[in-house]
Amino acid sequence: MTAPALDLRAVARAYGGGRTLFGARPVVRAVDGVTLALPQGRTLGIVGESGSGKSTLGRLALGLETPDAGHVTAFGAPMPAPGTPAWRALRRRMQMVFQDPLGALDRRIPVADQVAEPLAIHGIGAPAERRARALDALAAVGLSAAQGGRYPHELSGGQRQRVVIARALITDPDVLVCDEPVSALDVSIQAQVVNLLIDLKAARGLAMVFISHDLRVVRQIADRVAVMYLGRIVEEGAAEAVLRDPRHPYTRALVSAAPAPGRHRRERVILSGEPPNPAARPAGCAFHPRCPVAVARCRSEAPALEPAPDGHATACHRVTPAAERAA
Amino acid sequence: MAAPLVRIEGLTVAFDGAPAVRGVDLAVHPGEAVGIVGESGSGKSVTWLAALRLLPAKAAVAGRVLLDGRDLLALPLPEVEAVRGGRIGMIFQDPASALNPVLRIRRQLGEVLARHRGLSGAAIAAEARRLLDLVGIPDAARRLDSYPHEMSGGQNQRVMIAMAIAGQPDLLVADEPTTALDVTIQAQILDLLAALRRELGMALVLISHDLGVVAETCDRVAVMYAGRVVEMGPAEPLFDAPRHPYTRGLLDALPTLDAAERLVAIPGVVPDPRAMPPGCAFAPRCAHAAPVCLGAEPALRATLPGRWSACARPDLDLAAPPPRPPATPAPAAEAVA
Ligand SMILES: Nc1ncnc2c1ncn2[C@@H]1O[C@H](COP(=O)(O)OP(=O)(O)OP(=O)(O)O)[C@@H](O)[C@H]1O
Ligand SMILES: Nc1ncnc2c1ncn2[C@@H]1O[C@H](COP(=O)(O)OP(=O)(O)OP(=O)(O)O)[C@@H](O)[C@H]1O
Ligand SMILES: [Mg+2]
Ligand SMILES: [Mg+2]
Repeated sequence: MTAPALDLRAVARAYGGGRTLFGARPVVRAVDGVTLALPQGRTLGIVGESGSGKSTLGRLALGLETPDAGHVTAFGAPMPAPGTPAWRALRRRMQMVFQDPLGALDRRIPVADQVAEPLAIHGIGAPAERRARALDALAAVGLSAAQGGRYPHELSGGQRQRVVIARALITDPDVLVCDEPVSALDVSIQAQVVNLLIDLKAARGLAMVFISHDLRVVRQIADRVAVMYLGRIVEEGAAEAVLRDPRHPYTRALVSAAPAPGRHRRERVILSGEPPNPAARPAGCAFHPRCPVAVARCRSEAPALEPAPDGHATACHRVTPAAERAA
Repeated sequence: MAAPLVRIEGLTVAFDGAPAVRGVDLAVHPGEAVGIVGESGSGKSVTWLAALRLLPAKAAVAGRVLLDGRDLLALPLPEVEAVRGGRIGMIFQDPASALNPVLRIRRQLGEVLARHRGLSGAAIAAEARRLLDLVGIPDAARRLDSYPHEMSGGQNQRVMIAMAIAGQPDLLVADEPTTALDVTIQAQILDLLAALRRELGMALVLISHDLGVVAETCDRVAVMYAGRVVEMGPAEPLFDAPRHPYTRGLLDALPTLDAAERLVAIPGVVPDPRAMPPGCAFAPRCAHAAPVCLGAEPALRATLPGRWSACARPDLDLAAPPPRPPATPAPAAEAVA
């Protein structure tokens, strides 16, 4: 069997601690023991609560940050330390589309030059060839050469987002981590970009981690989906199973709240209570304060992520245990 | 109907001779929620940035933006600055550009509260906490000490919402306010905006690509394409039975939760603003284009009561999706290979 493109074992990353002028800074356990594998050529969707650690997980997966605990392997080899030559060589094969396009672009450089930049960094091609490839990559996401000549602040939000996607694709990577790559695009361009990514996956075996709040887009592109809540995975399975038959109460709330035109009144599962505070993780199941079906056990005992025989895993005491489901 | 709160008349914006907004007329009434949807780059953000005089000097802006009978485009800049964050709040599309990276959230919110609400000292601290609570940021008291880079994308987005409503505006212009939020928090923010509208009579302009959010939140919707409004009307009938082929195309591109199938993008690309096609700007991509579409650019005309469309073929039957365009070969894959 070929090694997975990415393999994360019990990775954890915390921020904060120490003191400021205003008092002690809380420790935020952004990612708290996540185990995941991304097989080559497959797409893993990551959805979940805002602040649940999705972007942090994406940075850990590409070695842009080092986990406090656990380890990451890429193509079967341990992730090299950031900044080392081995890491730089790997980076050419693994690209990230960052969540905030304006933050990811340099304000002083025309965008076509920024799209070509990874080629220059990795010493690929002569300048003329780099430029031609940059224009091709821009065209693939629906941007013209004239738009390529502009500075980031001279483009609309969705145009900037596409620049970042073009830059990530130009080195012809084997792995792409996309953090909210299509949220700023109108649905037609979104369809174009999603189709482009699906084609790259089919044609070249591109493996992807696709972080998004848009469950419908995740449904179209992902083979498997992991649902995060407060730094942990609470549900994981085939995209179709997780989004059609969500088992964890948080996933059920997510799926029921997804808005669509024509569905005039959402039959939302209303989540009671406050959104969670990552600096003060509730005891037991972190979701229990907002959970409509929580029982006493949920307040004291944290549920483990348990796979059912069908490969669909859930971390919930109230989900029928695997044995009973099979019976 | 009551007089509009804000009326945009004949607004045009060009950058270096390239038109970005090509004649927009739009009124927002007190307490009303107007959704603005449309193509990426069609001028949704620029329309409102121009109205609030936030574009760089090189932008050529013409037309009028009336608030209480005063033209914001003609007022001295200090008077417009008093309107911004006061009577009109704005949530910008890019959190990175709206939040100052080197200042703590406490300072940034405090400045708005001091300037537009005249608060000071302990009152600022208390109000800042209340606002962060309102937008669903847990542990608000501590989060005030964070810098933007210490927050997640969605947390920064909620800080911007808090800043925009801090001045208790009569109109909130929200540019993609919920894109980085998961749907449960999104629902909470939309409920908050609805409550502000009810309780303070605040009007809302919601710019969003999320047609579901717009359908659920807005009374009226304007659809923009290539710098103009091409369709306008009450949200429900507009999404149920669009009158402009571009609106139809958007609805057909929506992915579903039920099955994974290839998405239908509108074929072709947006026209180059420096070389607009003769006639309708959408004609080169339109499945229904006919010779009549290549004449004069169609004006926005009333079709049904309250409904407006800028289509030269107003009697088209758009109930069913048009025939699917032949599957586009994936030029993209070659382009980057
Ligand atoms: N550099 C940092 N310093 C301190 N806290 C951080 C830092 N980066 C992230 N965090 C915190 O870690 C948690 C997880 O953040 P992350 O950005 O991974 O969330 P996310 O799931 O991507 O959220 P969103 O959907 O809103 O983008 C959040 O509570 C965030 O405030
Ligand atoms: N400062 C600028 N200089 C030159 N062109 C600009 C500038 N700002 C915007 N534009 C152009 O004006 C057009 C309209 O931009 P605008 O930001 O209003 O689009 P939008 O409808 O908000 O799109 P999106 O949905 O992608 O945010 C775009 O083609 C954009 O590239
Ligand atoms: Mg994030
Ligand atoms: Mg915009």
